[in-house]
Amino acid sequence: MSVTTFDLVQSSLKARLRRAERMQRLRAGLLVLPLFLFVLLVFLVPIVILMTRAVDNPEIADNLPRTIEALAEWDGTDLPGEPVFAAFAEDLRETQKTKNTGLVGKRLNYEISGARSKSLQAGRAAEKMESGPYKEAFLALDPLWGKTETWSAIKRAGSPTTSFYLLKAVDLQWSPAGEIEQVPPDQRLFVDIFIRTLGISTLVTLATLLLGFPLAYILATLPPRHSNILLIFVLLPFWTSLLVRTTAWVVVLQTEGPINNLLLWLGLTDEPLQLIFSRFGTVVAMTHIQLPFTLLPIYSVMKTISPSYVRAARSLGAGPFRAFWTVYFPQTVPGIAAGCLLTFILCLGYYITPALVGGPSDQMISYFVALYTNRELNWGQASALGAVLLCATLILYAVYNRLVGIDKMKLG
Amino acid sequence: MLNLPPYASPLERLWRVALILLCAMVLLYLISPIIAIMPLSFNSEPYFTYPMPGLSMRWYEDFFTDPRWLDALKSSLIIAISATALSMVLGTLAALGLAKANFPYRAWVMAFLISPMIVPVVITAVGMYFFFANLGLNNTYFGIILAHTALATPFVVITVTATLIGFDQSLNRAGASLGAPPLTVFRKITLPLILPGMISGALFAFITSFDEVVVVLFIASPDQRTLPRQMFSGIREQISPTITAAATMLVLTAAAMLVTVELLRRRSERLRGIRS
Repeated sequence: MSVTTFDLVQSSLKARLRRAERMQRLRAGLLVLPLFLFVLLVFLVPIVILMTRAVDNPEIADNLPRTIEALAEWDGTDLPGEPVFAAFAEDLRETQKTKNTGLVGKRLNYEISGARSKSLQAGRAAEKMESGPYKEAFLALDPLWGKTETWSAIKRAGSPTTSFYLLKAVDLQWSPAGEIEQVPPDQRLFVDIFIRTLGISTLVTLATLLLGFPLAYILATLPPRHSNILLIFVLLPFWTSLLVRTTAWVVVLQTEGPINNLLLWLGLTDEPLQLIFSRFGTVVAMTHIQLPFTLLPIYSVMKTISPSYVRAARSLGAGPFRAFWTVYFPQTVPGIAAGCLLTFILCLGYYITPALVGGPSDQMISYFVALYTNRELNWGQASALGAVLLCATLILYAVYNRLVGIDKMKLG
Repeated sequence: MLNLPPYASPLERLWRVALILLCAMVLLYLISPIIAIMPLSFNSEPYFTYPMPGLSMRWYEDFFTDPRWLDALKSSLIIAISATALSMVLGTLAALGLAKANFPYRAWVMAFLISPMIVPVVITAVGMYFFFANLGLNNTYFGIILAHTALATPFVVITVTATLIGFDQSLNRAGASLGAPPLTVFRKITLPLILPGMISGALFAFITSFDEVVVVLFIASPDQRTLPRQMFSGIREQISPTITAAATMLVLTAAAMLVTVELLRRRSERLRGIRS
């Protein structure tokens, strides 16, 4: 009897405890929910849209539907027959009405250079074509329409999704035979830009480590009343607007600016050096901006290292450098990893600073994402470049998360 | 200053001196460009060279009389204050939820909520430009405020989470067991303890929005031209000393914020009984 009561009490207690825990979890979830939904809607949805734009391919499929349908039967060996040309003429008459011929031409131009003006010409001609045979009329208009490659390009571009932009983002393309190949050397562009982006990021990360490590060491080993004052020197740039710091570098590095001023005055150079709009200026300005991001994690790790370890090593007979290298340095590695990884990730996405301080050959991948969005209006290419950059960032972010842990991230 | 043990060898002393000299140069590198442009804002002539021919306040006068700069300042303040308020609410609530014991998939949820800080801002900006175009939010204050809130909230989440580390949950339980309803517990116990973190987070959020230019470049029209946007086009086209005046004022604002955050951090550590 007493045993069963005990069991009853125990099981109901367990159940109540479980329910209380469930309620607590639910309440915690409800607290996080608003931000979760906000980030989902305002941040994730736009990025997903961007990613779909990288494979989205509506121009030809929407505007030349009859041509694409007629081309479906075509095997690609010889020039397509009259029905395809008739459908093409009808589609073009339609696009002339909807004023979309330019769009079609622009899309074809990505595949075949020079196709834009010829498409516009074909559009105007199609309006005047009353009846067939259309094939001869187009062949007479321009030799472009007499090439099998043109029609296989139209067929390829007519699918509603495409790998064209993503392949182009790594300098690849579909050959007329349907194989993936490198684009001709004179059109290769993006692989170099990715390598440049990685190169600048690596250089800046190394520079921040080389400058930040000794400073972090000094700050961590000085008595707090000194180190707190010196820390302000690190934190003030950290808090200062990125644009203000970039402006400062633009002013300081100018041909007529204070640095050239000083160098001329000291007689170190006879004529002003080209400091701004150069790789040197870009790396110097980026290093300046990223230095606190590398330094602060190293500094906070160093502060937790007890000086008695090095003292013990010294008393056991190790020289100062050996004690530092074998006892002190290995303990700072987690801080170095955290700081360098964060700096490297943030460097990959730099846009404003290279755009203002760098020259044309110092622009990083973000610049080209912006360029293709605003200037070239080639949104597919902008999205594909963005997709590659995003992938690189997310992989490194996952590594950071695993090595450091996102909740260990500290500011200031 | 050398702070070396008495058994240090001369070589070690020399090394230490060299190290300190190197650090002095790094500190100089960090601070000098910011310091260098401040006097230039008082230059009487529109040049960026020293020595300056004379002093004047004409660039500050220019800033405060030119409607373009004043409108930019106003837009920036409207956007930054709204985005800060929104991200404070969203970020604090989320940090409180994430701090609860055994939150499911905590690391993943946190990584997701922080990701706007990590993803290259150009990608975010272009994505929002496409998305907001469908919703008619481009070229509106509301759109920019939403975008800046997304970018600024991670900072609030991180700073508030940092104050909640080592937060003794038994304080809340003690309050509850003494009969306080949950809201009173929050107001009387949790809030005072996390307030320093919230204020630091708010300052970070404010500066993130106040400083942001890439998203504005994509989704704003000249009607919502912000201060950084105005500076950006100023540097690109014809760099005028008015920019250095604006920059000087922004540096002073940053210094004031830095001091505030440092004081708050110390206060928070004292409140939670952490000795530095």
